[in-house]
Amino acid sequence: MAGKVKWVTDIEKSVLINNFEKRGWVQVTENEDWNFYWMSVQTIRNVFSVEAGYRLSDDQIVNHFPNHYELTRKDLMVKNIKRYRKELEKEGSPLAEKDENGKYLYLDFVPVTYMLPADYNLFVEEFRKSPSSTWIMKPCGKAQGKGIFLINKLSQIKKWSRDSKTSSFVSQSNKEAYVISLYINNPSLIGGRKFDLRLYVLVSTYRPLRCYMYKLGFCRFCTVKYTPSTSELDNMFVHLTNVAIQKHGEDYNHIHGGKWTVSNLRLYLESTRGKEVTSKLFDEIHWIIVQSLKAVAPVMNNDKHCFECYGYDTIIDDKLKPWLIEVNASPSLTSSTANDRILKYNLINDTLNIAVPNGEIPDCKWNKSPPKEVLGNYEILYDEELAQGDGADRELRSRQGQSLGPRAGRSRDSGRAVLTTWK
Amino acid sequence: MLQEESDLSLIIAQIVQKLKGSNLYSQLERQAWASLQRPEIKLESLKEDIKEFFKISGWEKKLQNAVYSELSVFPLPSHPAAPPEHLKEPLVYMRKAQGSWEKRILKSLNSMCTELSIPLARKRPVGEQKELLNKWNEMGTDEPDLSLFRPVYAPKDFLEVLINLRNPNYENGDSLSFRTHLGLIQVPLKVKDIPELKECFVELGLNIGQLGIDDSTQVPPELFENEHVRIGQKEQDSAAAQQYIRQGSPTALRAELWALILNISSQPEDVLYYEQLKTNVIQHDLLVDSLIYKDVKLTASNDDYYFVFEDYLYQVLLCFSRDTSVLSHFAFNSASPPKSYIRGKLGLEEYAVFYPPNGVIPFHGFSMYVAPLCFLYHEPSKLYQIFREMYVRFFFRLHSISSHPSGIVSLCLLFETLLQTYLPQLFYHLREIGAQPLRISFKWMVRAFSGYLATDQLLLLWDRILGYNSLEILAVLAAAVFAFRAVNLMEVTSLAAAEAVLADLSTLKVMPLLQIFLFATVT
Repeated sequence: MAGKVKWVTDIEKSVLINNFEKRGWVQVTENEDWNFYWMSVQTIRNVFSVEAGYRLSDDQIVNHFPNHYELTRKDLMVKNIKRYRKELEKEGSPLAEKDENGKYLYLDFVPVTYMLPADYNLFVEEFRKSPSSTWIMKPCGKAQGKGIFLINKLSQIKKWSRDSKTSSFVSQSNKEAYVISLYINNPSLIGGRKFDLRLYVLVSTYRPLRCYMYKLGFCRFCTVKYTPSTSELDNMFVHLTNVAIQKHGEDYNHIHGGKWTVSNLRLYLESTRGKEVTSKLFDEIHWIIVQSLKAVAPVMNNDKHCFECYGYDTIIDDKLKPWLIEVNASPSLTSSTANDRILKYNLINDTLNIAVPNGEIPDCKWNKSPPKEVLGNYEILYDEELAQGDGADRELRSRQGQSLGPRAGRSRDSGRAVLTTWK
Repeated sequence: MLQEESDLSLIIAQIVQKLKGSNLYSQLERQAWASLQRPEIKLESLKEDIKEFFKISGWEKKLQNAVYSELSVFPLPSHPAAPPEHLKEPLVYMRKAQGSWEKRILKSLNSMCTELSIPLARKRPVGEQKELLNKWNEMGTDEPDLSLFRPVYAPKDFLEVLINLRNPNYENGDSLSFRTHLGLIQVPLKVKDIPELKECFVELGLNIGQLGIDDSTQVPPELFENEHVRIGQKEQDSAAAQQYIRQGSPTALRAELWALILNISSQPEDVLYYEQLKTNVIQHDLLVDSLIYKDVKLTASNDDYYFVFEDYLYQVLLCFSRDTSVLSHFAFNSASPPKSYIRGKLGLEEYAVFYPPNGVIPFHGFSMYVAPLCFLYHEPSKLYQIFREMYVRFFFRLHSISSHPSGIVSLCLLFETLLQTYLPQLFYHLREIGAQPLRISFKWMVRAFSGYLATDQLLLLWDRILGYNSLEILAVLAAAVFAFRAVNLMEVTSLAAAEAVLADLSTLKVMPLLQIFLFATVT
């Protein structure tokens, strides 16, 4: 297998390029014969669009699935999860069990969400049930916290009502799609500040589902103390944890960048809340990631040329329940601090080791089962093939128990480090 | 025998005296009175019955813990004719050195005061008080102009003082021999060698389970960890907890265990006391407050682990400065609280006040003593109590000149002696290139490694400080770090290069390092 891997990218980030160069790969342009293309999401749209008629050959790999937006667009993610839950309910799966208030016991991990303007009336009905609640408006297709705002009055979103008379100057089709979710106004606070959790998940195939979780995620803290007070609803420094927003705050510090490692978080929670609830929390986080992937797996175009590294954003509320906020197809590769750079460099390094085995020219027909030694800082999160080998109903049985606490069975290949209790 | 007995009865009398004034005493009294209602208490055997009741209800254990706590802190019995200064520090030359160091610090503080025309203390106007009260939970966002303030001193200034310490009664002659100490510290204090350290730290031995080693992912938890956790959960006894924690504390139990060992229980009176200190902070502004602000901004705010807790640090340290109960520890601290006089009454004792009220002037890095504790306690008054107790038991020894085995002078000497005796080649090499090892390790020891190690490792280290009631482990760890990086250090040719090799300790695992250095190195 002579010849070096030829790579292209349209994202000029040093953490990427340094990784390619250190493998001795050769940079080419997209018009030439390439083996590995790290694309932006715009490019993947073009590559796989019907008009392009692009056919990838066996020795070409790209870093996105063609219809990743099923997971990474806020509205589609919610749609898919809702559909998945209904399907499970219909087949009578114990996973879809509900409690006496009609809330899913195991699948309630996305805050109540509606699409606007499509579900406007449904939303109004829900809003009126608890009129003192706060809701968060997010544009479907944007990132980095752009365009997000909080509301607590219907008048603030009149524009999105379907038959609104005031929006006559804007035609229906130009109205940008938004999602509106119940705002988690009781986030878990540390040092009085709100934070969210960024975790990296690599998916090498959807059917069978095989995904890896990067051990070194991080928390992003707001620079301003949290307050649910209505007078501060407009203060994005209180509510939005995106670094793109926080770095413009007065108190932003470039040394630590307002970030904590996940292991710090774990140490803090174990020390102040106890080991059981902390383990339960992390178990639940792993659970919701896997469930979200399972939800989109049936509709995902499981193109064998593709892999994808997602940035999962979770918020933990003050009862230590994790909520899935969104999934990013193109998690930022910009480094805000020195530690950040090291982390992202290693992330790409480990990702490439898994996606492009041995750093050689890929053959997309391979079985996508890398040996344990190359995982680096990744851990197997869920391997459908392995799980099915163990008996798929074991998963259901252990979920049917009470909580995620008791260690149902240890994963065979990782002696002690068990990422989930419900393999 | 007779001497020991009378020493013992003296100690007992002193402890009883101390505890009589405590809250525990009144609680026990109340309990005793209340117990008279109980059917099992009979008049004929009143004393025994009440004692039995105390034992069963757990009050005896509380009393035991309190006594144990006093014993831990209580200085060793000295000659009945010894004056109080001897309790602080028996050696005259050390006392003198500490005295002149203090004069220097105070001079520096006063001159800063005069230069900036800021009073040492002033009462806040009502408007300012209100503002501060509103901002109490986010003082970190207050950005007063601190550019003109400088820390009163930094660890390296203190090191220079220690280097110049000499015992005037000691003459070691001019000729160099293999016994000559080649390090920076030139005072003859007794320090332990490795065989003695092995005896002292026997629970860190290779054949004994440790948290920090035997809870790593490769080791099945059934071998050690599970049982250790189970034992820890049942612990109610200070002395037993202290013994237990020598093998490390499980993260989930650490907060409770430390509180048990330090004998801290958050009673309503303690919360009230803390609130009272908070009120003092609101009402009066002290110059040291600005020093504290500056220190936090320079150190903890920039730290990857502790930046989150910035506001807690102010809440603890500002109150700490006003806490006069801290003054009592000066009875066994070689340092003395700086005295200041009301304006115009210089020299008149009736007008003397201690400044700051707790007698402790913070230096650069002081806030790092508090920062790691924020990982364990998030309730301000409990955090405060734990820190205060840690300070009066341990931390004060790291910045006062004394001959105590846990004092910084002894730690420095212990470090240098260990290095010179067991890593002579490395020590000699570093000395030759002008990189005396103490110049690098001093700052680690003064801060008890806070800010240099990863937090989980630091907490494992502090577990052992509590467990052995001694700071000697800091010197041993410092030597172990040098031993670990010896190969790289042998290749450097300057102090700066040596500093670079030892700049980043955040990936070190302390327990394996300590174990290897003490028990697995061929000596």
